[in-house]
Amino acid sequence: MHTKTINQLAQGLRSGEFSSVELTQHFLQRIRQHESLNAFITVTEGLALQAAQAADQRIASGDASLLAGIPIAQKDIFCTLGVKTSCGSKMLDNFIAPYNATVVEKFNHAGAVMLGKLNMDEFAMGSSNETSFYGPARNPWDTQTVPGGSSGGSAAAVAAGLAVAATGTDTGGSIRQPAAFCGITGLKPTYGRVSRYGMIAYASSLDQGGPMTRTAEDAAILLQTMAGFDAKDSTSADLPVPDYPAALNQPLAGLKIGLPKEFFGEGLDSGVAAVLETAISEYRKLGAEVADISMPNLNMAIPAYYVIACAESSANLSRYDGVRFGYRCESPVDLTDLYTRSRGEGFGKEVKRRILMGTYALSAGYYDAYYLKAQKVRRLISQDFQQALAQVDVIMSPVTPTTAFGIGAKMDDPIAMYLADIYTIAINLAGVPAMSVPAGFSGGMPVGLQIIGNHFTEDRLLNIAHQYQQVTDWHQQTPTL
Amino acid sequence: MSLTADDVNKIAHLARLGIDKQDIDSYAKDLSGMLDLMTRMGGLDTAGVEPMAHPLDQVQRLRKDVVTEADQRGHFQAIAPQVEDGLYLVPKVIE
Repeated sequence: MHTKTINQLAQGLRSGEFSSVELTQHFLQRIRQHESLNAFITVTEGLALQAAQAADQRIASGDASLLAGIPIAQKDIFCTLGVKTSCGSKMLDNFIAPYNATVVEKFNHAGAVMLGKLNMDEFAMGSSNETSFYGPARNPWDTQTVPGGSSGGSAAAVAAGLAVAATGTDTGGSIRQPAAFCGITGLKPTYGRVSRYGMIAYASSLDQGGPMTRTAEDAAILLQTMAGFDAKDSTSADLPVPDYPAALNQPLAGLKIGLPKEFFGEGLDSGVAAVLETAISEYRKLGAEVADISMPNLNMAIPAYYVIACAESSANLSRYDGVRFGYRCESPVDLTDLYTRSRGEGFGKEVKRRILMGTYALSAGYYDAYYLKAQKVRRLISQDFQQALAQVDVIMSPVTPTTAFGIGAKMDDPIAMYLADIYTIAINLAGVPAMSVPAGFSGGMPVGLQIIGNHFTEDRLLNIAHQYQQVTDWHQQTPTL
Repeated sequence: MSLTADDVNKIAHLARLGIDKQDIDSYAKDLSGMLDLMTRMGGLDTAGVEPMAHPLDQVQRLRKDVVTEADQRGHFQAIAPQVEDGLYLVPKVIE
């Protein structure tokens, strides 16, 4: 049951082959059985079974959406009313969210069953899930390797069949990189496509939520529910949402694919490169034309990103002060001691690094050299995308330079960890949508293909991924657990 | 560019962020590495480029000045570290 698509499960629920309660119990049992993957921070068994019962009634009455009764899980960055929402941090280990994120509200409204809250890097800062206060989630393909991050628990859970689908968030690659490492499909929508209300902020001009699923078809179904204008998010895009599932079956003949030479050069593992070459030749067979393109400013994406993301996070995370919610230190002697120790004890090392870096970059005398400069570089990078996407329909590239690395391999070298996000970060700066699609294996570990489009072309990206999944079966491979 | 232990202490104070004494040098090293990475941007000519604060050309939305939220003080204070009579408690500020 755990390898079926949403459409197959919805059919099974309607034909009476199984109930949502049975389906939910099946997944809860798998979560218990594979607890060592550490994919979940909180399992909401009681709530899940209640929701499943309600969904069974809705389905029986004939008034149910496609997602009714489908067991999914939420990244622990989305606020869930009455349920611990930790964001992977000691700071919020005691935080019971007093409201639902819009994304959670929408899934509840659709009748989806929430199995629990998924592990992640602390405050979404990390590329390996190792900065989580709750310890790293493990990659189900090789439990000695990382599942990627920050949405590592989401990727591990979907790949291991612990949930039908999951939500993730992506500030610099946090949906796509773990999707690639765990061999699943992940979509970072256009900035503003999915509401950020109730999604705990890291870097507000970059953060975007999206679906993490086995197939592009499932991603289309999830995005249909997640996307749309929300008055509660001041940067939500007030644009109509296309019918994503309906767009999946467009033929690809005449599709123009651009391959930026800057993304296929030095640093790309030869095994990964070989997989991508095969994937691109598959697109040629589907009728696509492939052109080499150049995006000269991509090499500046990592420096610009770390200035902007750290600056925004230092501002966003100033709200954790030990006063109104979250961790408070023992016996503070005065107000400064309360702030300083609560934050010092509540945040982990990577979060502290980024707060310090951001505080420095925004401090008097350095603002122009770092933050303003980074915003100008961001403009140039965004222009690179616009120029490229005027010549071609989509850009294809690697998601990651290598397959999943070992747990502990990069924890002592933060810069090496940052540099591994080379292919994903520029997309967030430009605010364009991008997907990671399972494209094969290198050394037994999954490899992802990145498909990048222009603003609000998620329908086209999902279509391009879906057509590839009609002629390949990489997305159907499952790890031996 | 490299940061000293003093620099780290100064920044940590600005951020009201407690850092253990034995970790100061390791933060100085990591932050210096990050700054080296960021300094690479200096090599790119950005004269005349308009800074980009936001990925989409959006105008800030305005809404009517009306109350949209119900009073949920009790609900929100249920998760606070220390409250009394509806107030959040902190150590004494004024003697």
